[in-house]
This record gives sequence, C-alpha cells and structure tokens, in this order.
Amino acid sequence: MNFQAIKVIYQFEMLRMWRTLFQSVFSPILSTSLYFIVFGAAIGSRIQSIDGIAYAAFIVPGLIMLMLLTQSVTNAAFGIFFPKFTGAIYEVLSAPLSFFEIVLGYVGAAATKSILLGVVILTTARLFVSFEIAHPMWMIVFLVLTGITFSLFGFLIGIWADNFEKLQLVPLLVITPLTFLGGSFYSINMLPPFWQTVTLFNPVLYLVSGFRWSFYEVADVSVGISLSVIFLFLCLCLFGVWWVFKTGYKIKT
Amino acid sequence: MQSLISISDLSKTYASGFVALKNVNLDIRKGEILALLGPNGAGKTTLISIICGLVNPTSGTVRVDGHDIIKDFRKTRAMIGLVPQELTTEVFASVFTTMVYSRGLFGKKPSPQYIEKILRALSLWDKKDSPINELSGGMKRRVLIGKALAHEPKILFLDEPTAGVDVELRKDMWTLIRQLQTDGVTIILTTHYIEEAEEIADRVGIINHGEIIVIEETSELMRKLGKKQLILELHKKLESLPADFDIPNLEASADGMQLIYTYDIHMDRTGITALLSRLSEKGIRFRDLDTKQSSLEDIFVTLVGNNQS
Ligand SMILES: Nc1ncnc2c1ncn2[C@@H]1O[C@H](COP(=O)(O)OP(=O)(O)OP(=O)(O)O)[C@@H](O)[C@H]1O
Ligand SMILES: [Mg+2]
Repeated sequence: MNFQAIKVIYQFEMLRMWRTLFQSVFSPILSTSLYFIVFGAAIGSRIQSIDGIAYAAFIVPGLIMLMLLTQSVTNAAFGIFFPKFTGAIYEVLSAPLSFFEIVLGYVGAAATKSILLGVVILTTARLFVSFEIAHPMWMIVFLVLTGITFSLFGFLIGIWADNFEKLQLVPLLVITPLTFLGGSFYSINMLPPFWQTVTLFNPVLYLVSGFRWSFYEVADVSVGISLSVIFLFLCLCLFGVWWVFKTGYKIKT
Repeated sequence: MQSLISISDLSKTYASGFVALKNVNLDIRKGEILALLGPNGAGKTTLISIICGLVNPTSGTVRVDGHDIIKDFRKTRAMIGLVPQELTTEVFASVFTTMVYSRGLFGKKPSPQYIEKILRALSLWDKKDSPINELSGGMKRRVLIGKALAHEPKILFLDEPTAGVDVELRKDMWTLIRQLQTDGVTIILTTHYIEEAEEIADRVGIINHGEIIVIEETSELMRKLGKKQLILELHKKLESLPADFDIPNLEASADGMQLIYTYDIHMDRTGITALLSRLSEKGIRFRDLDTKQSSLEDIFVTLVGNNQS
C-alpha cells in the first residue's frame, strides 16, 4: 500500500474544499436555511404533525439526506473529473498506485466533505427547529454509509462523464428528483396506494426512512430493509469501481 | 553498457484501429541521454506513455531494471519521472503544494529541503507560493519538470521539453539535464529537431510511423548525416562552370543563377575557403549566400534509402 499517496490525494482534495469554502459549504447551508424557512416555517405551520412529529422537525432528516446525496455525488464526480479534464490525471496514473488507492484518496475526501457538511446542516437545522436524536449511533452509521456509498457513485459518474453536461446530468436529473420523491418532505402513507407502491422502487426512500428512524423512531419501511438497501447499493458501486479498474474504462487507452 | 529499460516486440493498436507502434525493440542504457527523434504522429508519446503506465500495450513487454512494467508496476513507476508534452497541471494549487503532492504520490516521505533544492535549480523558488495558473508557459513547463523530479527518479522522460521554450531557458534546461546525468539519472527525451538531439544526446533513436528506423551513437549518426549545402546566389547567370573548375560536389542550378556546394561539416577541411578563392580568381561574383542542413525529411529519405539498399 502506498499510504503516502493516499494521504496526499486526500489532503489535496480537502484543500480544494477550503479554497472553495463558499461554494462547498455556505451555499448548501444557505439552501437548507431556505428550505426551513419555506417548508418548515411558512408551509409547515399549516401542516399538522406527521406521525406525531412537528412538520419542521419531520423534514430535518430528509433535508440532510438531500444535501448529503447531492454533495457526495457532485463532490466525488468533480474531484476525479477535473484532473481528467485538465489532463493532470497523468500524474496519478503514472504513479506507483493501484486503482484501489486512487479511489481511497478521492472517495475518502469526497465522503469526508459531505459527511462534514451533513453535520453542519444538522447544526444549522437545530437553529430553526428543536428535535431530539433517538439513536445517535445509528444516525452516524447512516450518515457515514450513505456518504461513502454516494461518493463512490459520484466517482463513477466522474469517470464516465467526458464533458460538463454529463457531469451535471445525474445529480440534476436523477438524484434530486429521487430525493424529492423519496419521502424527504412527506411520509409515503400520505400518498394514494398506487403511488406508495411506485415509491417503493425509489432507493432513496429507504435511505431517508432509515435516517429518519434514527431521529424519531418512525419509518416508512423497516430499518433492516433500509440498511440492506444501502449495503446493496454500496456493493453495486464497489463492483462498478472494480470493473473500471479491471477494464481501464475511460481512463486508459 | 548495462541496459536499464528493455523494450521487446512492443506494439500498440489504438481502439480506433490505428497502429501507433509496430514491433518496437529498444534497449535504453543506464546513465545515457537518449533522444527520440521523429515527426508528428510518429509514436514517440505513445512509446513513452506505455513505459510510464498511461497507455496499455497491445502486445510485447517492457522491463525496467529487470521488472515488468505491468506485473511490477510499483517498482518500475517509482523509478520513473515523466514530463508530459502538454502543459497539464492542477490549476489553482501553489507551486510548492503541487511539488509536495507529486512527491507523495510516488510514496516518498515529505522533504521540504529537497523540494527547495529543485525549485532553486529551476529558478522557481521565488514563485513557490504562486498559483500555477498565474505562471507563464515557460514557468509551467519548469514546474512540470520539477514535479517529475520531486520523487528523485532514476529515469526521466521529457516529452518535447523545448516546445514553447525560449533560448535562455533551453540552455538552462540542457545544463540541468547534463547535471542530472552526472547524478546518475537516465534521460529519454523526444524532439522534432536533429540539432537538438545532436546538442544533448549520447544516442539518437529515429522513429517514424511507429517503427524505430535507426538507433545510433549521436556522433556516428551525425557523421553519416552531417551533410550541409552552401548556396551561392550569383550576380550574373552562369551558362556553365568553367572547364578547369575542378571542385567536387559543386553544381550549378538549372537556371544558372545559383551554385550549390555540398560538404561534410565533420571534415577537417570543408573546402569552402578553396571554393570561394577559386570563385574570385575566376571573377564569379555572388550577391548572397546561404547554408542548409539536412532536414528531418532528408534524413528519412537517406535512412530509408540506406535500409532498402
Ligand atoms: N488515444 C488515441 N486514440 C487513437 N489514436 C491515437 C491516440 N493517441 C495517439 N493516437 C495516434 O497515434 C499516432 C502516434 O501518436 P503519438 O502521440 O505517439 O505521436 P508523437 O510521435 O508523440 O507525435 P508528436 O510529435 O506530434 O507529439 C498518431 O497518429 C495519433 O493520431
Ligand atoms: Mg508526442
């Protein structure tokens, strides 16, 4: 193992976050605050509590998930896309590094960023509404697993994308809609039966539901299923990464 | 001399079906400066990219210090530094940060002293805190050299190091390369110019259409190829050379307005003085004169011609 290399890739990527602190930290905080003002305070005051939880508090886990997913994917995708785009990737590819180590460095940094951001947003949310976390340990497990899984997914997108449009395509057209429709802002029990069934095909539902359970012990699906779905998705992403490594897809000619 | 890199039967066919390298066999000696000379698209970058691990070979093997570049990639890559042809760097990082990064990538413990030494040698020390995107092209090229040297490689590849580089910097670069050679680094560089190869290299490999046409000691190659032409523009049209004008290798052009004298730059006596004094004896006056060295194309013609005969 070339630990030195993993360390410098990680540090270099983290450095990029500090350089773009405004973009990478303040803008998610700003948009979360806006959600709280609009959904929590303005609309939420007219919505009765869901499963015995005040609406503003109910949406906290969903909002954190929304940010966690989009930030993991975009951070990781951009992290590997950028050196590919500038050509600076040549150095990583010519270094005595296995693909596994490259992934550890890049995905590790992206996951760290998005998890940190999740914590920041959690803290921001606390300024707007009061809530308790029933199972803090499980909350952290969900946060970390989701951050890692979706950073891996973003890494794959960054490898696949060969232009900026493609890079934005997946976060914009897949992640955001799935999160909105995955019960971030409502309980699926509020939907007609047909749409409830459709929603069950949305993987994000399981993430949001599990995460919300760790806060309030209420869930749309059982926690075990939530965890299994995350693991399944994690395995899929690991398989994808392994396949890219095996074939040199889009990184080696 | 001991061979450090041995390439055998190396071929590369790109996904597009284009054959960029055809059965290349080459031994690079420890401690030498080897110039790979060839026109655009000859396959120089492809060859280097394979050795450095950026491109997968289609067939054939490359061994670096006895280690296979694919099976033992950690060992071989740790020995190699690469300066790519294109100016490609992280945009925003400072010069010093990017050097620390490069060194770490190759698994070396941080060494600010060593990085300082390199940056000073490349006259970049006063730029160490500047973001790379604020540097000039020549400075960026030096940063790339610095990055390639950051992990103290035993072998240095320079892909067209003089592209976009001014005379002064080129001189500094040659000095640096010679110094590296003295320190025991084996250097492989590519170029389009025979003059450059002649100036710096111990051996020259000429590559065209993915094949190594010739690989030879520079002095030997220059002896073979060191033909030059002296062209004299005459004042008056010359119907024919005077009968008693017995100078070999002298021809009149078809229109009679030029005299063309071919000579060997490596001969003790090029015969130019004799030619000029004979001309003035005969009262043949000229307006202008020019010399022309064999171009890369002439060399290919010569070499390919020789190979076939
Ligand atoms: N990724 C690729 N896919 C398909 N063909 C390629 C690829 N890279 C290079 N080639 C082709 O392979 C040939 C050799 O390219 P290479 O870059 O090795 O040439 P070169 O000798 O370095 O040329 P130059 O002096 O212009 O840098 C060229 O004809 C080029 O078009
Ligand atoms: Mg080239």
